[in-house]
Amino acid sequence: MLSFIVRRLLIAIPTLLAIITVCFFLMRLAPGGPFDAEAPVPPEILANMRAAYNLDKPLIQQYGDYLLNLAKGDFGPSFKYKDFTVTELIGQGFPVSAQNGLAAIILAIIVGVPLGILASLKQNTATDYSVMGFAMTGIVVPSFVMAPILILIFAIFLKGTPFQLPAGTWEGGAFKHRILPVFCLSLVYIAYLARITRASMIEALRQNYVRTARAKGLPFRTVVVRHALKTALVPVVTFLGPGIAFLLTGSMVVETIFGLPGVGRYFVQGALNRDYTLVMGVTILSASLIITMNIVVDVLYGLLDPRVKYE
Amino acid sequence: MSILDIRNLTVSFKTQDGAVSAVNDVSLSLQKGECLGIVGESGSGKSQTFMAAMGLLAANGKASGEILFDGQNLIGASESTLNSVRGNRMGMIFQDPMTSLTPHMKIGRQLGEVVIKHRGATPAQAREQALAMLKRVQIPEAERRLDMYPHELSGGLRQRVMIAMALMCSPEAIIADEPTTALDVTVQAQILDILRDVKERLNTAIVLITHDLGVIAGLADRVAVMYAGRIVEVADVRSIFANPQHPYTKGLLACTPRLDDACGGAMTTISGQPPNLQRLPSGCSFHPRCGYAFEKCTTERPALEVVGATRAKACFKTIEAA
Amino acid sequence: MNTPTHTPTNINLSSPHAAALNAAEDIQGRSLWQDAWRRLLANRAALISLIILVLVSLACFVLPHFLPWTYEQIDWERMEATPPSLETGHYLGTDTLGRDLLARALFGGRISLTVGLLATSVALLIGVTVGTIAGFVGGRMDQLLMRFVDFMYTVPLTFFVIILMVLFGRNFILMFLAIGCIEWLTMARIVRGQTLTLKNKEFIEAARAVGGSTSNIIARHIVPNVLGVVIVYVTLTIPQVILIESFLSFLGLGIQEPMTSWGMLINEGAAEMESTPRALLVPAGLMTVTLFCFNFLGDGLRDALDPKDR
Repeated sequence: MLSFIVRRLLIAIPTLLAIITVCFFLMRLAPGGPFDAEAPVPPEILANMRAAYNLDKPLIQQYGDYLLNLAKGDFGPSFKYKDFTVTELIGQGFPVSAQNGLAAIILAIIVGVPLGILASLKQNTATDYSVMGFAMTGIVVPSFVMAPILILIFAIFLKGTPFQLPAGTWEGGAFKHRILPVFCLSLVYIAYLARITRASMIEALRQNYVRTARAKGLPFRTVVVRHALKTALVPVVTFLGPGIAFLLTGSMVVETIFGLPGVGRYFVQGALNRDYTLVMGVTILSASLIITMNIVVDVLYGLLDPRVKYE
Repeated sequence: MSILDIRNLTVSFKTQDGAVSAVNDVSLSLQKGECLGIVGESGSGKSQTFMAAMGLLAANGKASGEILFDGQNLIGASESTLNSVRGNRMGMIFQDPMTSLTPHMKIGRQLGEVVIKHRGATPAQAREQALAMLKRVQIPEAERRLDMYPHELSGGLRQRVMIAMALMCSPEAIIADEPTTALDVTVQAQILDILRDVKERLNTAIVLITHDLGVIAGLADRVAVMYAGRIVEVADVRSIFANPQHPYTKGLLACTPRLDDACGGAMTTISGQPPNLQRLPSGCSFHPRCGYAFEKCTTERPALEVVGATRAKACFKTIEAA
Repeated sequence: MNTPTHTPTNINLSSPHAAALNAAEDIQGRSLWQDAWRRLLANRAALISLIILVLVSLACFVLPHFLPWTYEQIDWERMEATPPSLETGHYLGTDTLGRDLLARALFGGRISLTVGLLATSVALLIGVTVGTIAGFVGGRMDQLLMRFVDFMYTVPLTFFVIILMVLFGRNFILMFLAIGCIEWLTMARIVRGQTLTLKNKEFIEAARAVGGSTSNIIARHIVPNVLGVVIVYVTLTIPQVILIESFLSFLGLGIQEPMTSWGMLINEGAAEMESTPRALLVPAGLMTVTLFCFNFLGDGLRDALDPKDR
């Protein structure tokens, strides 16, 4: 298994390199530069700025420098937040995003998976239909609709009641300030997890070995938990892998709406301001997380199903 | 003394196109220690009869009538009552050993959980008993197999594991649903030997559901023949083979290839298709395919009538002994 | 259904036709598509969704021509949000700039739906082409294409769309091209899988035996047979694209003023929701209903075209 992980990591390197390369040259070949938006500056100052940001050297050398610095964990200076390096910005934003993301994932798993199991056991009953209706709502109503509506309800309509929740402020991450954003983040995942779990549980409950387990006289709960659930979790894990990666890197929408100082909002700001190094930094971070999570998922397959061979 | 007594069992399934009866008014009894063979084509209701007995009908299935296990009616019984019988006093062996074992659990655990549930055994005791049972069904290197996953075993070995699992609590009855169908011919013989050994040494009653008359001949004491959800003939195994009284039984026997067939003629088949359960022919369900059918058969259904000391049949015709 | 008639003297239906007759009776010569259509019409949720989608599309594309105000027209007499009124012609009121809310919501829907359809077409074209080629040609071609798809799956594609939008200007054409280019991956995988199972079917071998060229067989035999799956997937891709488009426009990275789309309207509405919640609720409601309908229709189509899944 160890050699499997090592091999997968080795394959991941060229993948990541390809992403970095495409990203880098796209940025540099694009019409317009990061300083376009600012008031016209004298050419000599512009030249100085370009030199400071290493933009005056040949493209290939810039690329080489960027890779070298990246290997040292240095994403370069931010074009917009002049006093910060991208590494610093990500260093500030990532903990915020990751904490909220983690809370959202845990919430999604402890709500979504049981809901899916419940629906599968009560297939085609009112319980099933309401769970699936809820799931459909979670999938169809995007966070940029859900978040303003939740703010409308909890921060505006319920103002002055004990149910009022703050929105649009962070306050260093006080619990109360995290409730709405974390709920918003997890809603889609609850919905997808419920749907996926339901479908795969129905499939698993149909298997012959579940019938065997029932014929052994085991209580139904044991049959479900011990015999059906494990195989049913394979699609759940497949979905969660990249899902976790996305959640940890932060949601652009939720962080923007709730004003959270996370990676997602930095990315949006970076994109709006043409802050190339920042945008690249976040993209690379996200890509590496996705790749890592995919490897984790592949390892988990083997733990869930002994028939899977690590090749 | 009968251990399992099925009375007027009817099993129907709700489908999109209305209810379909898979089993109609079937009555059967399984004596202690005997082997009862159930023969019929697929869709004849032979499996569903005993799925109902185990409480394993699909969610859209419904059983009515009585299924008495040692005097206790299992139809409508609570899940916990069923669970005190299933795996404990009545075991089941399924057709497809490749898919009937849980893929992510080691063999030892799958066997052991039966005695843990029904006998309150500790995991260590369960493992010991599992090992003993694996040896009993002649699994080589039994010790090593305990820690293997099902996919690491061959089909024949997996079916032995299934048998061992059904035997863990020394049940009074075992239902074997096509236990050899999915296996190679040589392996089939071994599995049948094990079942015979179980019957003779442990005095376990066995219901042997199959479409293969060869399997029946080697093991069963009595045979019930089913067609379109009904029993058409019941008799002891000798009489069935020597002197089939129902045209369908006769047809089935004729279909079985025989090595000593002197004529060397073409293989006989029963013509036509098994009936569609949603629109059964009027009268006797078999009449469209029957070589003996006459006017009455198309309008009236023959009842299962006792025709000898140990046999009953559902046919208007009397067929002369060959 | 007519029950088969049997003469009492009909001893032994030994003719081979008997079985064939029995089978034919069950088929009744209904085509797969008619069958699927019948099942779809029987599915109430899907049917209602289809009707609503038609109505929403008509409203978005036709209705604006009959409204007293256009989406960008400013009613100078009402420079702040005004409530709905029949007299002023603002049937759902105006936004804070005095623009007609209904006209804007419908026009935004037109843009969102158009992007949805165009991007899905792009995804369809690439996905079906790659999928059928990979599945049918197989071998090294298959390896190459599927490795590429695998690689693309590990790329955070939304980021790339954003990068493209930022770099090359936020224009409409680039928008649906870019979204289409990230949405084809799953389509390609599904189509490839279907093609692989079709490839060894007898009718394909027959087509090859009579000398059909590869491209001909793909176009004439494979594509029509994967159509069912593709239609289902298209129905489920359109709402996804609408979501991505709205998401980008919401963040200010998509459609640009003076054009508008549901995402942008939701963004504008969210800014003033405290005073005029309807500025948020009208576009959000319209979009949500549309997305719901696409999803129900997609699920209904899947059930209709693949009844074994029920």
